Amino acid sequence: MRKVVTREAIANGSLALLLLAVPFAAIAMDEPFYVTLATRIAILALAAVGLNIALGLGGLVSFGHAAFFGLGGYAAGILATHAFNAEPLLLGIPATTSMPVIWLVALVVCGLVALPIGAVSLRTSGVYFIMITLAFAQMIYYFAISWPAYGGQDGLSIYVRNSFPGVNTALPLPLFLICYGLLLLGLVLFWTLRNSRFGAALQAARQNPTRLAAVGIAPFNIRLTAFTVSAMITGLAGALFADLNRFTSPSMLSWHMSGELIVLIILGGRGRLFGPVAGAMLFVLFEFALGGITERWQLFLGLILLGVVLFARGGLMGFIAGRERHG
Amino acid sequence: MSTALLIEQLLNGLQLGVMLFLMAAGLTLIFGVMGLINLAHGSFYMIGAFACATVAAATGSFWTGLVASLIAAAAAGAIVEMAVIRRLYERDHLDQVLATFALILIFSEGTRWLFGSFPLYLDIPPLLHGAVPLPGGGQYQLYRLAIIGVGIVVAVGLYLLISRTRLGMRIRAGESDREMIAALGVDISTLYTVVFALGAALAGLAGALVGALQSVQVGMGEPVLILAFVVIVIGGIGSIKGALFGAVLVGVVDTLGRLLLPQALTLMLPPSQAALIGGALASMLIYIVMALILAFRPSGLFAAQS
Repeated sequence: MRKVVTREAIANGSLALLLLAVPFAAIAMDEPFYVTLATRIAILALAAVGLNIALGLGGLVSFGHAAFFGLGGYAAGILATHAFNAEPLLLGIPATTSMPVIWLVALVVCGLVALPIGAVSLRTSGVYFIMITLAFAQMIYYFAISWPAYGGQDGLSIYVRNSFPGVNTALPLPLFLICYGLLLLGLVLFWTLRNSRFGAALQAARQNPTRLAAVGIAPFNIRLTAFTVSAMITGLAGALFADLNRFTSPSMLSWHMSGELIVLIILGGRGRLFGPVAGAMLFVLFEFALGGITERWQLFLGLILLGVVLFARGGLMGFIAGRERHG
Repeated sequence: MSTALLIEQLLNGLQLGVMLFLMAAGLTLIFGVMGLINLAHGSFYMIGAFACATVAAATGSFWTGLVASLIAAAAAGAIVEMAVIRRLYERDHLDQVLATFALILIFSEGTRWLFGSFPLYLDIPPLLHGAVPLPGGGQYQLYRLAIIGVGIVVAVGLYLLISRTRLGMRIRAGESDREMIAALGVDISTLYTVVFALGAALAGLAGALVGALQSVQVGMGEPVLILAFVVIVIGGIGSIKGALFGAVLVGVVDTLGRLLLPQALTLMLPPSQAALIGGALASMLIYIVMALILAFRPSGLFAAQS
């Protein structure tokens, strides 16, 4: 074990503290809007932490993670709507507005959907995998907009934000702390996975699947597990996102969302523990700062992204924490 | 349900398929020769439509607009290839996806900046107004038939280009061994620019042709792009024959699915529910077909040897 505190550890700690400090400073300055901004960062970062398991560790470029982000959002929206109208769900099961139950539903639903999608998609690799995950996400997107029961194209409003035991979620700061806590849990899970035997096998499946198969581990099962876990975390973030906006819309399922999730990881640094956090901070700041200056902020986002891809590989974490250390 | 309706929908499916083929042919050619996945292909479709609508409005002639769409899309393709795409050939697919995703943002916002958010309209040329009687009664729009005709001409033209000309020989050589043809003295980077511009021009043509049927607006290329991905995944990436087969299959399955699925479900369900569930299922149908094909043939129906 290296006892020295690495540059990356310092960078990670600083980012975590910075994200935690922003909302408290904002409350002190009576600017609650910035708390919402920080909450948005935490949620998008959590979604990207999920994708980072598949993409960063496993090298599985899923261009369809918006499907899970949106499904999580719809889980929150549908349960809240049923509870609001006091309608039971299928088979008379009562709906709920309790966040932990909703999270559980989002996790289970995303896991159940990710399994068959992963099982078909992982039969292929490379470009095929990218396009197939994209196509499956589009399938779910078109289903959502053509199914009128839950808002169709208009989306679904959550009239009262769902509840968490002992916390007033209507206030911005408690909601931020919930999201921040889950982000930390997600990061701990990512770290544990990466350093586990499973994580070693997953990274080996990315680097050399033949050799992994030769030592008796089937890459397919490892990848499918990673894809499913990855989808579940992104789905959980989707449920939080719906609660933050009190709105679930089909745009959460759109392929732009899938693209943005990948962008977050690349802006931050692919495969890095805090890459998604750094990426989400950068992305939301771009969106906010450029969006304040010009309506055409996406044009500049495109130019910045193009610059990062062509010239600045390694992203923000590569810049502030140096190259990734192996070993 | 009458035979005429069925024939009409079959032709609609064929027309959709032909348009998808124009998109998919460029995508699959670019992937086959350069190994590049290009998300920004839908932007060339949009550029073609905007160029056609603008020039047609200025000159009053659809045909001038059509020529302008080919030139604009090919020029945009060549410029993008030389400025950006060229740097991506040696990169992994993730970088290609991200860079071309960035290009979509740039093209879409740039177009919105130039033309505003309101859609443009493009009229069907007077020559192609009117309808053709169908066997079994009913009529079919002449313009849509013309699109099918254009698709057939392009398919034959591409076949001849690739199998009978020197350029086609180089494209085929580039697909199988790019170092070797560079060593034989073929200017590979010009070849790549030409192939990219050719693919972009085909997408621009599709955009212009469809622009007269729908409104011309920012983002119009994206749904078509994703369908074109489904097409080339079904057909086998890199295969033009696969793109043609996949495009017609997707076009016909999608169109007939929307017609027949709700009707088939009325046999089991009350009509209102049948329409609802049938509609939702029909919108998913081509993706289900794709998943089924991939479950049996993971690299598509006409996979190019690689």
